Amino acid sequence: MSTFPLASFGGAIEFIFTPQESNVTGGNKVGGFDKSLELVLKHLEVTALALAIAVIVALPLGLYLGHKGRGELFAVGFGNAGRAIPELAVIALVAVLIGVGLKTVAPALAILGIAPILVNTYVGVRQVDPAAVEAARGMGMSELAIIRKVELPLAVPTVMGGIRSAAIVILATATIAPLAGVESLGDFILNRNVYGENGLLAGAILVALLAMTIEGSLALLQRRLTSDGLKVKTA
Amino acid sequence: MRTDQTRMRVLLAALAALALTLALAACGSSGDSTTSGSTESGSGAGTIQSNPDNGKVSLTIGSKNFPEQEILGEIYAQALAAAGYKVKSALNLGSETVALKAVKTGQISGYPEYASTALTSFFGLEPEEVPAEATEAWEKANEEFEKEGLQAFEPTPFASANAVGTTKETAEKYDLKTVSDLEGVSEELSLYGSPECPQRIDCKAGLEELYGLKFKSFTPVDIGLRYTVLEKGEADLSILFTTDPQLSAESDKFVILEDDKEVFPAGNIIFVTEKKVAEEAGPDYEETILKVQEGLDLKVMQELDARVELEKETPKAAAKAYLESAGYIG
Amino acid sequence: MASPLLLAAAGQVGGDFFKERESGTLPCQADESHLFCFDWAKENIDRYGTPTQQHLEIVLLSVVIGFAIAFALALFAHRSRWAQPPLLAATGVLYTIPSIAFFFLLLPVTGFGRDTAVIVLAAYTLQIIYRNTILGLANVPDSVKDAARGMGLTNRQILWKVELPLAIPEIIAGLRVAVVSTIAIATLVVFINAGGLGTQMYGSGNLTFPTSIIIAAAIVMAMALAFDLVLLTAQRLATPWRRVRPA
Repeated sequence: MSTFPLASFGGAIEFIFTPQESNVTGGNKVGGFDKSLELVLKHLEVTALALAIAVIVALPLGLYLGHKGRGELFAVGFGNAGRAIPELAVIALVAVLIGVGLKTVAPALAILGIAPILVNTYVGVRQVDPAAVEAARGMGMSELAIIRKVELPLAVPTVMGGIRSAAIVILATATIAPLAGVESLGDFILNRNVYGENGLLAGAILVALLAMTIEGSLALLQRRLTSDGLKVKTA
Repeated sequence: MRTDQTRMRVLLAALAALALTLALAACGSSGDSTTSGSTESGSGAGTIQSNPDNGKVSLTIGSKNFPEQEILGEIYAQALAAAGYKVKSALNLGSETVALKAVKTGQISGYPEYASTALTSFFGLEPEEVPAEATEAWEKANEEFEKEGLQAFEPTPFASANAVGTTKETAEKYDLKTVSDLEGVSEELSLYGSPECPQRIDCKAGLEELYGLKFKSFTPVDIGLRYTVLEKGEADLSILFTTDPQLSAESDKFVILEDDKEVFPAGNIIFVTEKKVAEEAGPDYEETILKVQEGLDLKVMQELDARVELEKETPKAAAKAYLESAGYIG
Repeated sequence: MASPLLLAAAGQVGGDFFKERESGTLPCQADESHLFCFDWAKENIDRYGTPTQQHLEIVLLSVVIGFAIAFALALFAHRSRWAQPPLLAATGVLYTIPSIAFFFLLLPVTGFGRDTAVIVLAAYTLQIIYRNTILGLANVPDSVKDAARGMGLTNRQILWKVELPLAIPEIIAGLRVAVVSTIAIATLVVFINAGGLGTQMYGSGNLTFPTSIIIAAAIVMAMALAFDLVLLTAQRLATPWRRVRPA
């Protein structure tokens, strides 16, 4: 294995902040803070959109199935199957069959996120203490109110765990969204010829940082949403 | 809860799936990236003879990231293997700057480049300065390469160029026959091209600077999707290649605009390698490459492109078919 | 228009080299709107052999290495409790970094190819295997451990004869998730030239060829299903004394 041209981390950091000479003649400068910020925002945009779609589709379904106690095989099986879906295939199929651009890629990414949210919501609701549900029913709450006021709050840790998993996989796949015409931080990584090795490393660093930030934010959100009675020290 | 019978059935299904996967894996020969040298000496004056001296030399042949390049890479790789070299292929490296860097750092021994791309992209020539004649273009490129310790072998018969393409409907709607016809119209049209297109003078940069065109938008897409975006109606204009098989096979759908200001120079393929690699590899290195590319005229290259892009043959199979049909390998 | 630069071509190919192609009629595989071309699939199924083999090799290597490391770490942290939070955090960070980014972060160090792929994929499995092992060990009831100690077993014997066997369901559950995820993610190693089934989804015209993408994806998912069920069966066989909790 011959040496790969060493790009220093210092060079990557520089790339993020100041525009550099492009590798390709034409002398246009690439990189820099504006471009980096633009791509970070674009990456966030498609991630947020896809995550929203996934939540809107999977959360109610998981709540309903969990509440009814039906469709365990479906929910759990779907979750396992969802983990096995290769992201590259999803992006590639969407690009060639449906079209390129945000309006087709966001739903495709959402598909990847639906599985973890569905499974975790289902399991979370199933694991709610039946006594609590019975008590609420005894108090005369409607089924919908039970879901909203009893099951969902008690299931928050597990549900949020599913949303966090979904966010991670969607954000990760958004990195290859440029293949389907959606700009994201993946542009820095996949288009080495334009952005150079420094851009490549810069893209990877930014994606990693972005992922950790989102994960951390969602963890904080989970803590906020979890009612105090549930706040156990989880391993 | 699953009954034992269901459990057995599921287990059997799983084992079947596992067996299928392993069987598929066993089907493939190991080490796809290594081309084994054939030692048969076939009949015919054009056949490549295996030279045992070459066995000591290891070569890695690279290519850029679209099918025509991969076919060429495979042709050279298989030919050199037939000549007795130990050959590995590293195709699909990326665009020209990535490939050149790979040569300079020794990651690959060499790769096929278009003389026009070398001159405009590496050496900063304006399109009008690119010689129209193949041998001249090669000599000029070689001059520049030698300054960096590199070498380019003589050119192939065929040449390819970038081109601005669109659908027949769009061309008729705006009455477009040449690129200049886009004047005044292009502001309403979206352009799709490879990610390096905005920076290249034989791509969007040239359209902007030399044709003076402005576009409604530019979207970078993978080269592989250059016809998809036209078909799906997302792109009004797309950057295509003159050797694309879709242009003849789907001539009722796609059309390219004539490059009347000659901003997209055509380039023949010249094999770029390091001087010292060529020296160490011996005379068969250059000779084999030049010999095997003699048969690559425009018709043949288009045929090969069609096999890979339309019929979805692998570049490896297409290259092998070419080498055998032309009698280079037995 | 630039003149086609044709040198005197030797024109060496045989006359039958050129196939008949009429404009307007495309074979199934050339038409992007065709979802699946059965005939083509039947004829060309063997091109998926080598990528499948590469894929399997990378997955197995990564999971074995990842399991070995995670398991060792978990055993260590089981005894040295202070190590648990930092190890969980560390493996968690490795899991959060998207694999594509991770591949390229390692490029300056290990370059393109299989090594980088295996390192990243193994790192990805660490969190789930580590966490499940710790959890499995922690869930062993104290009463059982006390009984074992009462019978005169040493700590080490307790670990290997009591705690670990009882932790197997959790451990294998984690292993299942790890294996399935790794099989799916390994499609991305095509971007660092490490082969695998991703090569049939991207590059050389595959991007516009739904049939190939679908076949490759189907193989990936079949592989995942197969391993998942085999491990599930192993889990059940290894714990005959108790009904298995769902993963």
